[in-house]
Amino acid sequence: MICQFCNVVRAIIFTLVLFLVSPFNTWAKEAIPVAEDPEIEKRMLALTVDLRCLVCQNESIADSRAEFSNDIRREIREQIKANKTDKEIVQFLVDRYGDFVLYNPPMKPTTILLWFGPVILFMIGLGSLVVYLRRRRLQIEDVALSPEQINEAEALLNEDKKGKNV
Amino acid sequence: MMRYLMPLAIFMVLAVFLLVGLTLNPRQVPSPLIDKPAPKFQLNQLHEPEKIMSSDDNLGKVWMLNVWASWCVACRDEHPLLVQLANSGIIPIYGLNYKDERNTALQWLKRYGDPYAISIVDVDGKVGIDYGVYGVPETYVIDKKGIIRHKQIGPVTVDSLEKTILPLIKELQNQA
Repeated sequence: MICQFCNVVRAIIFTLVLFLVSPFNTWAKEAIPVAEDPEIEKRMLALTVDLRCLVCQNESIADSRAEFSNDIRREIREQIKANKTDKEIVQFLVDRYGDFVLYNPPMKPTTILLWFGPVILFMIGLGSLVVYLRRRRLQIEDVALSPEQINEAEALLNEDKKGKNV
Repeated sequence: MMRYLMPLAIFMVLAVFLLVGLTLNPRQVPSPLIDKPAPKFQLNQLHEPEKIMSSDDNLGKVWMLNVWASWCVACRDEHPLLVQLANSGIIPIYGLNYKDERNTALQWLKRYGDPYAISIVDVDGKVGIDYGVYGVPETYVIDKKGIIRHKQIGPVTVDSLEKTILPLIKELQNQA
Protein backbone atom coordinates (compact mmCIF):
# COMPACT_ATOMS: atom_id res chain seq x y z
CA MET A 1 0.00 0.00 0.00
CA ILE A 2 3.07 2.26 0.14
CA CYS A 3 3.00 2.63 -3.61
CA GLN A 4 -0.51 3.22 -4.71
CA PHE A 5 0.34 4.65 -8.07
CA CYS A 6 3.31 2.46 -8.70
CA ASN A 7 1.74 0.73 -11.67
CA VAL A 8 0.67 4.00 -13.22
CA VAL A 9 4.11 5.56 -12.74
CA ARG A 10 5.77 2.46 -14.09
CA ALA A 11 3.55 2.57 -17.15
CA ILE A 12 4.37 6.21 -17.79
CA ILE A 13 8.09 5.65 -17.41
CA PHE A 14 7.91 2.64 -19.66
CA THR A 15 6.21 4.62 -22.42
CA LEU A 16 8.71 7.45 -22.08
CA VAL A 17 11.63 5.06 -22.33
CA LEU A 18 10.07 3.44 -25.37
CA PHE A 19 9.80 6.82 -27.04
CA LEU A 20 13.40 7.65 -26.29
CA VAL A 21 14.71 4.31 -27.45
CA SER A 22 12.75 4.13 -30.66
CA PRO A 23 14.65 5.51 -33.64
CA PHE A 24 13.48 8.93 -34.61
CA ASN A 25 12.73 8.03 -38.18
CA THR A 26 9.87 5.78 -37.17
CA TRP A 27 7.98 8.71 -35.72
CA ALA A 28 7.10 10.16 -39.03
CA LYS A 29 7.83 9.32 -42.61
CA GLU A 30 10.51 11.67 -43.85
CA ALA A 31 11.05 12.66 -47.45
CA ILE A 32 13.32 10.12 -49.16
CA PRO A 33 16.76 11.60 -49.67
CA VAL A 34 17.75 11.89 -53.32
CA ALA A 35 20.42 9.25 -52.85
CA GLU A 36 17.82 6.66 -52.03
CA ASP A 37 15.58 7.16 -55.01
CA PRO A 38 16.26 3.91 -56.93
CA GLU A 39 15.49 5.40 -60.35
CA ILE A 40 17.92 8.29 -59.93
CA GLU A 41 20.47 5.96 -58.38
CA LYS A 42 20.24 3.60 -61.32
CA ARG A 43 20.76 6.34 -63.87
CA MET A 44 23.55 7.88 -61.82
CA LEU A 45 25.35 4.53 -61.61
CA ALA A 46 24.94 3.85 -65.32
CA LEU A 47 26.54 7.22 -66.03
CA THR A 48 29.37 7.03 -63.54
CA VAL A 49 30.75 3.60 -64.48
CA ASP A 50 32.08 5.26 -67.64
CA LEU A 51 33.52 8.27 -65.87
CA ARG A 52 36.99 8.46 -64.44
CA CYS A 53 37.69 9.59 -60.92
CA LEU A 54 40.39 12.22 -61.37
CA VAL A 55 41.83 11.69 -57.92
CA CYS A 56 42.15 7.92 -58.09
CA GLN A 57 42.66 7.62 -61.79
CA ASN A 58 42.17 3.91 -62.22
CA GLU A 59 38.75 3.87 -60.65
CA SER A 60 35.45 4.93 -62.07
CA ILE A 61 33.40 7.52 -60.26
CA ALA A 62 30.87 4.79 -59.56
CA ASP A 63 33.45 2.64 -57.74
CA SER A 64 35.50 5.29 -56.07
CA ARG A 65 35.00 6.34 -52.50
CA ALA A 66 37.09 9.48 -52.86
CA GLU A 67 35.59 12.75 -51.74
CA PHE A 68 35.83 13.96 -55.32
CA SER A 69 33.66 11.12 -56.61
CA ASN A 70 31.20 11.70 -53.81
CA ASP A 71 30.77 15.28 -54.91
CA ILE A 72 30.40 14.34 -58.56
CA ARG A 73 27.83 11.68 -57.72
CA ARG A 74 25.89 14.21 -55.69
CA GLU A 75 26.09 16.71 -58.54
CA ILE A 76 24.84 14.11 -61.02
CA ARG A 77 21.95 13.12 -58.76
CA GLU A 78 20.92 16.73 -58.49
CA GLN A 79 21.11 17.21 -62.23
CA ILE A 80 19.07 14.08 -62.88
CA LYS A 81 16.52 15.43 -60.46
CA ALA A 82 16.55 18.68 -62.43
CA ASN A 83 15.57 16.66 -65.52
CA LYS A 84 18.87 17.00 -67.33
CA THR A 85 19.54 14.41 -70.00
CA ASP A 86 22.50 12.04 -69.73
CA LYS A 87 24.16 13.85 -72.60
CA GLU A 88 23.85 17.21 -70.88
CA ILE A 89 25.28 15.83 -67.66
CA VAL A 90 28.29 14.27 -69.38
CA GLN A 91 28.86 17.50 -71.32
CA PHE A 92 28.70 19.42 -68.04
CA LEU A 93 31.55 17.29 -66.68
CA VAL A 94 33.58 17.35 -69.89
CA ASP A 95 33.35 21.16 -69.94
CA ARG A 96 34.93 21.25 -66.50
CA TYR A 97 37.29 18.31 -66.41
CA GLY A 98 38.01 17.64 -70.07
CA ASP A 99 37.76 14.44 -72.09
CA PHE A 100 39.93 12.79 -69.47
CA VAL A 101 36.86 12.09 -67.30
CA LEU A 102 35.51 9.87 -70.05
CA TYR A 103 36.68 6.27 -70.13
CA ASN A 104 35.45 6.19 -73.73
CA PRO A 105 37.32 9.02 -75.41
CA PRO A 106 35.44 10.71 -78.27
CA MET A 107 36.77 10.40 -81.82
CA LYS A 108 38.55 13.65 -82.60
CA PRO A 109 41.62 14.64 -84.64
CA THR A 110 43.71 14.43 -81.46
CA THR A 111 42.48 10.96 -80.59
CA ILE A 112 42.71 9.33 -84.02
CA LEU A 113 46.02 7.70 -83.14
CA LEU A 114 44.51 6.44 -79.92
CA TRP A 115 41.58 4.87 -81.74
CA PHE A 116 43.39 3.47 -84.75
CA GLY A 117 46.93 3.08 -83.41
CA PRO A 118 46.42 -0.54 -82.35
CA VAL A 119 44.91 -1.48 -85.73
CA ILE A 120 47.77 0.23 -87.55
CA LEU A 121 50.34 -1.54 -85.36
CA PHE A 122 48.58 -4.85 -85.99
CA MET A 123 48.67 -4.26 -89.75
CA ILE A 124 52.39 -3.43 -89.64
CA GLY A 125 53.01 -6.59 -87.62
CA LEU A 126 50.94 -8.73 -89.98
CA GLY A 127 52.68 -7.20 -93.01
CA SER A 128 56.16 -7.84 -91.67
CA LEU A 129 55.21 -11.40 -90.74
CA VAL A 130 54.02 -12.09 -94.31
CA VAL A 131 57.17 -10.55 -95.79
CA TYR A 132 59.35 -12.54 -93.42
CA LEU A 133 57.63 -15.85 -94.14
CA ARG A 134 57.80 -15.31 -97.90
CA ARG A 135 61.44 -14.43 -97.79
CA ARG A 136 62.20 -17.45 -95.68
CA ARG A 137 60.42 -19.79 -98.09
CA LEU A 138 62.38 -18.36 -101.00
CA GLN A 139 65.60 -18.82 -99.10
CA ILE A 140 64.81 -22.44 -98.36
CA GLU A 141 64.05 -23.17 -102.04
CA ASP A 142 67.10 -21.35 -103.28
CA VAL A 143 69.59 -23.17 -101.16
CA ALA A 144 71.08 -26.08 -103.06
CA LEU A 145 74.42 -27.66 -102.23
CA SER A 146 77.31 -26.87 -104.52
CA PRO A 147 79.33 -29.84 -105.92
CA GLU A 148 82.17 -29.04 -103.54
CA GLN A 149 79.81 -29.14 -100.60
CA ILE A 150 78.42 -32.47 -101.72
CA ASN A 151 81.94 -33.90 -102.02
CA GLU A 152 82.81 -32.56 -98.63
CA ALA A 153 79.73 -34.08 -97.09
CA GLU A 154 80.44 -37.43 -98.68
CA ALA A 155 84.02 -37.34 -97.51
CA LEU A 156 82.83 -36.70 -93.97
CA LEU A 157 80.35 -39.56 -94.18
CA ASN A 158 82.99 -41.94 -95.54
CA GLU A 159 85.41 -40.90 -92.86
CA ASP A 160 82.80 -41.83 -90.34
CA LYS A 161 82.34 -45.26 -91.89
CA LYS A 162 86.10 -45.83 -92.01
CA GLY A 163 86.42 -44.84 -88.43
CA LYS A 164 83.82 -47.40 -87.43
CA ASN A 165 85.49 -50.15 -89.48
CA VAL A 166 88.82 -49.65 -87.79
CA MET B 1 73.82 -6.29 -90.31
CA MET B 2 70.10 -5.47 -90.60
CA ARG B 3 69.45 -8.39 -88.32
CA TYR B 4 71.15 -6.62 -85.46
CA LEU B 5 70.19 -3.08 -86.37
CA MET B 6 66.45 -3.61 -86.55
CA PRO B 7 65.91 -4.85 -82.99
CA LEU B 8 68.23 -2.11 -81.78
CA ALA B 9 66.24 0.51 -83.67
CA ILE B 10 62.95 -0.82 -82.32
CA PHE B 11 64.39 -0.87 -78.82
CA MET B 12 65.57 2.72 -79.18
CA VAL B 13 62.14 3.92 -80.33
CA LEU B 14 60.49 2.10 -77.44
CA ALA B 15 63.03 3.48 -74.99
CA VAL B 16 62.45 7.03 -76.17
CA PHE B 17 58.67 6.66 -75.78
CA LEU B 18 59.05 5.20 -72.30
CA LEU B 19 61.53 7.89 -71.33
CA VAL B 20 59.14 10.62 -72.41
CA GLY B 21 56.41 8.79 -70.51
CA LEU B 22 58.49 8.95 -67.35
CA THR B 23 58.62 12.72 -67.46
CA LEU B 24 54.84 13.08 -67.83
CA ASN B 25 52.77 13.54 -64.73
CA PRO B 26 49.48 11.65 -64.94
CA ARG B 27 48.07 13.92 -62.25
CA GLN B 28 48.40 16.93 -64.51
CA VAL B 29 45.17 16.76 -66.43
CA PRO B 30 45.04 19.66 -68.84
CA SER B 31 42.08 21.81 -67.94
CA PRO B 32 39.55 22.54 -70.68
CA LEU B 33 38.95 25.87 -68.95
CA ILE B 34 42.21 27.45 -70.10
CA ASP B 35 41.43 30.46 -72.32
CA LYS B 36 37.76 30.21 -71.35
CA PRO B 37 35.86 32.67 -69.18
CA ALA B 38 36.30 31.92 -65.49
CA PRO B 39 33.09 30.39 -64.13
CA LYS B 40 31.00 32.97 -62.32
CA PHE B 41 30.41 32.76 -58.62
CA GLN B 42 28.76 34.68 -55.83
CA LEU B 43 30.07 33.45 -52.52
CA ASN B 44 30.14 34.53 -48.92
CA GLN B 45 33.41 35.83 -47.60
CA LEU B 46 35.32 33.94 -44.98
CA HIS B 47 36.15 36.82 -42.66
CA GLU B 48 32.88 38.66 -43.05
CA PRO B 49 30.31 35.97 -43.82
CA GLU B 50 27.56 38.51 -44.36
CA LYS B 51 29.44 39.98 -47.31
CA ILE B 52 29.32 38.44 -50.73
CA MET B 53 32.03 38.49 -53.33
CA SER B 54 31.26 38.06 -57.00
CA SER B 55 33.71 36.92 -59.65
CA ASP B 56 32.78 40.01 -61.64
CA ASP B 57 34.23 42.22 -58.92
CA ASN B 58 37.68 41.48 -60.29
CA LEU B 59 37.03 42.38 -63.91
CA GLY B 60 39.65 44.81 -65.12
CA LYS B 61 42.55 43.38 -63.14
CA VAL B 62 44.76 40.35 -63.33
CA TRP B 63 44.20 38.17 -60.30
CA MET B 64 44.89 34.77 -58.88
CA LEU B 65 42.37 32.37 -57.45
CA ASN B 66 43.96 29.92 -55.05
CA VAL B 67 41.89 26.94 -53.93
CA TRP B 68 42.87 26.02 -50.38
CA ALA B 69 41.63 24.30 -47.26
CA SER B 70 42.86 23.88 -43.72
CA TRP B 71 42.70 20.10 -44.12
CA CYS B 72 44.96 20.24 -47.17
CA VAL B 73 48.52 19.31 -46.29
CA ALA B 74 50.08 20.37 -49.58
CA CYS B 75 48.57 23.83 -49.10
CA ARG B 76 51.02 24.34 -46.26
CA ASP B 77 53.91 23.76 -48.67
CA GLU B 78 52.94 26.53 -51.02
CA HIS B 79 51.61 28.90 -48.38
CA PRO B 80 54.84 30.78 -47.53
CA LEU B 81 55.31 31.44 -51.25
CA LEU B 82 51.81 32.83 -51.57
CA VAL B 83 52.35 35.08 -48.54
CA GLN B 84 55.56 36.31 -50.11
CA LEU B 85 53.87 36.92 -53.45
CA ALA B 86 51.01 38.77 -51.79
CA ASN B 87 53.44 40.95 -49.84
CA SER B 88 55.28 41.85 -53.03
CA GLY B 89 52.05 43.41 -54.30
CA ILE B 90 52.57 41.98 -57.78
CA ILE B 91 49.12 40.45 -57.97
CA PRO B 92 46.10 40.15 -55.68
CA ILE B 93 45.42 36.60 -54.58
CA TYR B 94 41.90 35.52 -53.77
CA GLY B 95 41.36 32.37 -51.76
CA LEU B 96 38.65 29.85 -52.43
CA ASN B 97 38.24 28.10 -49.12
CA TYR B 98 37.18 24.72 -50.40
CA LYS B 99 34.96 22.38 -48.38
CA ASP B 100 36.30 23.62 -45.10
CA GLU B 101 35.06 24.55 -41.68
CA ARG B 102 34.97 28.26 -40.98
CA ASN B 103 36.67 28.32 -37.59
CA THR B 104 39.49 25.96 -38.50
CA ALA B 105 40.03 27.91 -41.71
CA LEU B 106 40.32 31.19 -39.81
CA GLN B 107 42.69 29.64 -37.28
CA TRP B 108 44.77 28.21 -40.10
CA LEU B 109 45.15 31.65 -41.67
CA LYS B 110 46.11 33.15 -38.32
CA ARG B 111 48.75 30.50 -37.85
CA TYR B 112 50.31 30.42 -41.31
CA GLY B 113 49.60 33.97 -42.48
CA ASP B 114 46.88 35.32 -44.71
CA PRO B 115 47.96 36.14 -48.28
CA TYR B 116 44.42 36.60 -49.54
CA ALA B 117 42.85 39.90 -50.48
CA ILE B 118 39.58 38.11 -49.79
CA SER B 119 38.82 34.52 -49.00
CA ILE B 120 35.50 33.16 -50.13
CA VAL B 121 33.76 30.09 -48.86
CA ASP B 122 32.78 27.14 -51.01
CA VAL B 123 31.28 24.87 -48.38
CA ASP B 124 29.88 22.12 -50.56
CA GLY B 125 32.47 22.34 -53.34
CA LYS B 126 29.98 23.45 -56.00
CA VAL B 127 32.10 26.30 -57.31
CA GLY B 128 35.01 23.88 -57.11
CA ILE B 129 33.27 21.61 -59.59
CA ASP B 130 32.64 24.59 -61.89
CA TYR B 131 36.36 25.31 -61.85
CA GLY B 132 37.24 21.66 -62.41
CA VAL B 133 38.96 21.35 -59.06
CA TYR B 134 39.98 17.81 -58.22
CA GLY B 135 43.06 18.19 -56.10
CA VAL B 136 43.67 20.98 -53.66
CA PRO B 137 45.68 23.20 -53.89
CA GLU B 138 44.97 24.55 -57.33
CA THR B 139 45.71 28.03 -58.56
CA TYR B 140 44.22 29.94 -61.45
CA VAL B 141 45.57 33.04 -63.14
CA ILE B 142 42.69 35.11 -64.51
CA ASP B 143 43.17 38.06 -66.81
CA LYS B 144 41.51 41.47 -66.98
CA LYS B 145 38.67 40.19 -69.13
CA GLY B 146 37.94 37.38 -66.71
CA ILE B 147 39.53 34.67 -68.83
CA ILE B 148 41.44 31.83 -67.18
CA ARG B 149 44.98 31.91 -68.53
CA HIS B 150 46.74 29.35 -66.38
CA LYS B 151 45.95 26.59 -63.97
CA GLN B 152 48.48 25.23 -61.55
CA ILE B 153 47.51 21.84 -60.22
CA GLY B 154 49.12 21.08 -56.89
CA PRO B 155 51.26 23.45 -54.87
CA VAL B 156 52.82 26.52 -56.43
CA THR B 157 56.60 26.11 -56.39
CA VAL B 158 59.45 28.56 -56.78
CA ASP B 159 60.12 26.95 -60.12
CA SER B 160 56.57 27.22 -61.46
CA LEU B 161 56.31 30.74 -60.12
CA GLU B 162 59.50 32.00 -61.75
CA LYS B 163 59.26 30.09 -64.99
CA THR B 164 55.56 30.26 -65.76
CA ILE B 165 53.35 32.26 -63.47
CA LEU B 166 55.28 35.50 -62.96
CA PRO B 167 56.16 36.00 -66.65
CA LEU B 168 52.53 35.30 -67.54
CA ILE B 169 51.25 37.81 -64.99
CA LYS B 170 53.59 40.43 -66.37
CA GLU B 171 52.39 39.78 -69.89
CA LEU B 172 48.73 39.87 -68.88
CA GLN B 173 49.13 43.05 -66.88
CA ASN B 174 50.64 44.78 -69.88
CA GLN B 175 47.59 43.92 -71.95
CA ALA B 176 44.90 46.52 -72.30
